[in-house]
Amino acid sequence: MVNAHLAQNPVDIDPTRDPIVVVDGLHIVYRVYGAGGKGNAASAMSRVIKRQKRPSMTEVHAIKGLSFVAYRGEAVGVIGTNGSGKSTLLQAIAGLLPPARGGVYTDGQPSLLGVNAALMKDLTGERNVVLGCLAMGMTPQETKEKYQEVVDFAGLKPGFINYPMRTYSSGMGARLRFAIAAAKTHDVLLIDEALATGDAKFRTKSKRRIEELRKEAGAVFLVAHQLDVVRETCDRVIWLDDGQMRMDGDPDTVLDAYIEATQK
Amino acid sequence: MSHPEPTGASGGESVGTLAEPPRMNLGSSESLAAYAARFGLKQSSARPSLRKYLQEVWERRHFIWAFASAKNIAMYSDSRLGQVWQLLTPLLNVGVYFLIFGLLLNTSRDLPDFLPFLVTGVFMFGFMQRSIQSGSKSVGDNLSLIRALHFPRATLPLAIAVVEFQQLLLSLVVLMIIVVAFGEPIGLHMLMFVPVVGLQLMFNVGAGMMMARLGAFNRDITQLLPFVTRTWLYLSGVIFSLPGLMTSSHFLKTHAWVSELLKMNPGYVYVELSRHTLLGKYRHHVQHHLAGNHSTSQLWIYALIWAVVALVAGFMFFYRAEERYGRG
Repeated sequence: MVNAHLAQNPVDIDPTRDPIVVVDGLHIVYRVYGAGGKGNAASAMSRVIKRQKRPSMTEVHAIKGLSFVAYRGEAVGVIGTNGSGKSTLLQAIAGLLPPARGGVYTDGQPSLLGVNAALMKDLTGERNVVLGCLAMGMTPQETKEKYQEVVDFAGLKPGFINYPMRTYSSGMGARLRFAIAAAKTHDVLLIDEALATGDAKFRTKSKRRIEELRKEAGAVFLVAHQLDVVRETCDRVIWLDDGQMRMDGDPDTVLDAYIEATQK
Repeated sequence: MSHPEPTGASGGESVGTLAEPPRMNLGSSESLAAYAARFGLKQSSARPSLRKYLQEVWERRHFIWAFASAKNIAMYSDSRLGQVWQLLTPLLNVGVYFLIFGLLLNTSRDLPDFLPFLVTGVFMFGFMQRSIQSGSKSVGDNLSLIRALHFPRATLPLAIAVVEFQQLLLSLVVLMIIVVAFGEPIGLHMLMFVPVVGLQLMFNVGAGMMMARLGAFNRDITQLLPFVTRTWLYLSGVIFSLPGLMTSSHFLKTHAWVSELLKMNPGYVYVELSRHTLLGKYRHHVQHHLAGNHSTSQLWIYALIWAVVALVAGFMFFYRAEERYGRG
């Protein structure tokens, strides 16, 4: 643990580099609604009349005081056990979850790429590519130019690009989504397990693309449970444990410590 | 060290030197927030300024059009008749209303040519009704898109309004055929119908955006809306003549303010104005046999006010929650 620090260390700022994401004492508390109660009309009515809150609502304190600075050109891996707050952190950076305390500051608009983002499932892959590119703010001309590149990158089986996206396997859907999002240069690209379903060939391709995106002066955050993917693609790893920073440093050091801790 | 190059960086480990003010720790004079601000970093959940937002929406105009066209194609892709339903649905609606209100209840008593009257009403009101209903679902139905890509969310209710507009254009062809078939002379005066549709579209966009925000945070709204719009349908004189009712109903004659309110109702304003511009015989009938209390110019003023007010208010209302869509 030469380079890595334990939790609650003050954040060191490197004056020689440009920050792109600053997370400042971040706390995230979100509400979860479940199908609690008896679930019939009468009990729902009595709940409304008594002005009770929804019965199954619980508050989850997912991120508990996290601070760090990410710089331009970094690929940051985020690891941790299930429920440690990795996905929550990415959603907070993307601006999808409001901070309960503290703040997240970014340069440019972060884009989050998660496993559940199905885009428009009733439309064909082709239309999804076009609409995705247009939604990201490309002109029709740019979209036309990028189209073939996106389709080639996704590497779908022949013909599938003309089928509705709901007919895709999870791996195919994830590949196409990643290909669409990667068509544009993002200031901050957040990838949440989106590469997990891809095969080895796709992983190599996406690793190369992440490399390119970093060179274009953005930053990439990657949440993955496959530690070898993190080791290959990232040059910095953050280990989250129960919503707090457990360790932050170069991939080999942090990953080795993580493996040691989880195999106990 | 919070970054991976602890030894190589030139700013490195020399903490004590006063020449390097940026190198500070949390708790000292510069907070992380101030540090972020110094590099021009913005709170990631903040919403853009109105000016920038409008500009972003304008840049997405191709997306709005492409999204609407794609939705229109996908809408009937599961049914065998496909796009034919776009025409069939409004025609069947007209058929049902004609059967009940035209033939069985005979509300058409005094009106010249009930069918064009009814078709104009059903098509124009349906345009508004569907814009508002699908507008209320425009955010909730596209959560995966919202969570996957960043784009101004206002493009979604806008695209939905365009979907409904595209559908209306097809219905209008049918409408024109019926109008002409009933002996309405074709002339330049019919061009006045174009701005009516334009104003109605503006109103629909505004109302749709308002419902989009309400529906995004409260899904109960979408369950309730069909009842609201159905009540509205009966209040707007779509299937019977409201001016006719105002001259015959004792209640409305003794409560003049109710009549005034009904005349301001946007549902009525756009439907009635469409009839005034398209159906010469109907306009003549209203102005000469129904006490002349419904001038076309009065309708134009209401139509213009409603369009502008709804569009501006709806857009602002939607914009003010921009950063909250898709959260949860």
